[in-house]
Amino acid sequence: MDIYLLEAIINGILLGGVLALLALGLNLIFGVIDVVWICYADIVMCGMYAIYFLYTQYGLPLPLAFAIAIAGVAGLGVLIHLLIIAPVLNSAPLNQLLATGGLLFFLQSFATLLFGTDFRNIGVRLPVLEIATIYVSFARLIAFAVALTGAVALYFFLKRTYVGTAIRAIAQDREIVGLMGIDQRRIYLVVSAIGGALAGLAACLLALQYDVHPFIGNTFGPVIFMICVLGGLGNMIGGFIASFVISQIIAIGGYYASTELSYVLAFTFFIVLMLIRPRGLFAP
Amino acid sequence: MSRNRVLLFAGIAILIALPAVTPAYFLHLLIQILIWAFIYTAWALMGRFGFVSFGHGAFLGLGAYVPALLWNYWDVTPWLGIPLSVIAAVVLAVVVGYPCFRRRVVGHYFALVTLALSQVVLLSLIAARDVTGGSLGFTQKAVGHSWYALQFPEKGYFYLIALLLWLAGLLIWQRIDRGIGREALEAISDDEDAAAAVGIDVMREKMRVTIISAALTAIGGAIYGQYVMYLNPDTVSGIAVSLQIVFAAIAGGVYSLFGPSVGALLTLLLTEGLRVWFGTNFIGAANTIYGILLILCIIFMPQGIVGALQRIRLPRRSRAKPVAAQDGH
Repeated sequence: MDIYLLEAIINGILLGGVLALLALGLNLIFGVIDVVWICYADIVMCGMYAIYFLYTQYGLPLPLAFAIAIAGVAGLGVLIHLLIIAPVLNSAPLNQLLATGGLLFFLQSFATLLFGTDFRNIGVRLPVLEIATIYVSFARLIAFAVALTGAVALYFFLKRTYVGTAIRAIAQDREIVGLMGIDQRRIYLVVSAIGGALAGLAACLLALQYDVHPFIGNTFGPVIFMICVLGGLGNMIGGFIASFVISQIIAIGGYYASTELSYVLAFTFFIVLMLIRPRGLFAP
Repeated sequence: MSRNRVLLFAGIAILIALPAVTPAYFLHLLIQILIWAFIYTAWALMGRFGFVSFGHGAFLGLGAYVPALLWNYWDVTPWLGIPLSVIAAVVLAVVVGYPCFRRRVVGHYFALVTLALSQVVLLSLIAARDVTGGSLGFTQKAVGHSWYALQFPEKGYFYLIALLLWLAGLLIWQRIDRGIGREALEAISDDEDAAAAVGIDVMREKMRVTIISAALTAIGGAIYGQYVMYLNPDTVSGIAVSLQIVFAAIAGGVYSLFGPSVGALLTLLLTEGLRVWFGTNFIGAANTIYGILLILCIIFMPQGIVGALQRIRLPRRSRAKPVAAQDGH
């Protein structure tokens, strides 16, 4: 096989890890709270800015900056739930979508206002590994490993802990859980915090690979929604698999054509599949 | 009735006379408001029935780019280019809309599929950078004052074109609002199966309003392109402009004739006002405030500004339907 194609495929798998992490967060929130955070990629942007400023401007060590960013974005998730989602929890689903869409506008423009439109890089250069004449970015390898670890940790959290069980119970039947003595509002806050933390974690991984700018959310936000819908909104395993399908299309398409065309291909693939299987790839 | 007529004609007369007394800058603002009001009204044709499309950026992009590309590369007059762009938009709307409606892709799913559609057009425009100039944008060949090229350096002409377009958009909106199709579409958005059971041709009604909406949006995009004479993929297609359309229409109110136009007026005045007020040092300020207003609007006035005003003024039975509640959940 062509060595560059192999490289593209491997990079695709590595990219899929980060996308899977984001899809997990979005699916968790959708599955439990039944709301799509259309601004999800933009809270990742907030996390990336936090890392940038903490690390380069305030001189904090990188792991500490990461930890603060994850905690900060988790807090942002809770705030979003309290301020924006809670008031519209009982209105039409589309109004909820639009409320978080308003937040998307707000976050992007507020970031423009505060930081300008410059591209900023934290300036950490991780080495490129050469494995049997294939070049693999170390940053991507770390991102992939951390994303997988995060996914597995989330899985065990949901399966093995009391709160996790309560979260799954709500996702199954939100009417009954109240009778089981579960405080829905508290679970919603926990889920928003976890969703935020996953976005924060993704921000750490992305900050190592990409420059941050106010509109970075627009570049991968639509891809994450696409992945979630493709896997079936709320279906975490479906979203996980769909991340790798889409990232392969993007990687291989990028190898044969250009980056933009590979995204065009991925979006077209998504539209066609939606028309064939409207409830996602893995719907029963 | 007669009083309303008098008011209507007086209003139109004032609007026609306006360019004579308005400075060029305000005329420029007015033209933009009218064109966007037309586009938002076109979106509301679908949006009011619960088909919340995030894909109108796709139609807008086609409308803007097709005539411009034809003009620059083959000297095709926009008089031919615009109808071609409308055909392209309608074909796209049918190709995506028909299976969507057939397969009952509704609510979140419909919103996200159409979002992908607008991204496809955006990224295709960027990818074809050899032809379209990509993210750097695209400028039409200028030939000065020409009916053939539909180019008028004097703003008065475009003002009248935009005014005409806007009035036509309102007329179409009203025709649908008063026609039997509206009852059918409202029934469909409440309960598709029940609507089909009483003999409504669900597919036909949905396709009709989708095609009209897509075609009008393409025309709006084309006229916008002819007016500003500079196209950029990000300003006429993709997620950003699609969201802009959805929000302005909803902020103004999708259930009333002037709702989307009020949305256009307020959002443009807000953007311009803040830009003048803050200067270019604070480029994000306008949209920051805009974003906050949107969130507040959706939480506290889901039926839009005009809807909220009507709620206060009108008796209970003729109130606008609250909230875009009619998606399939």
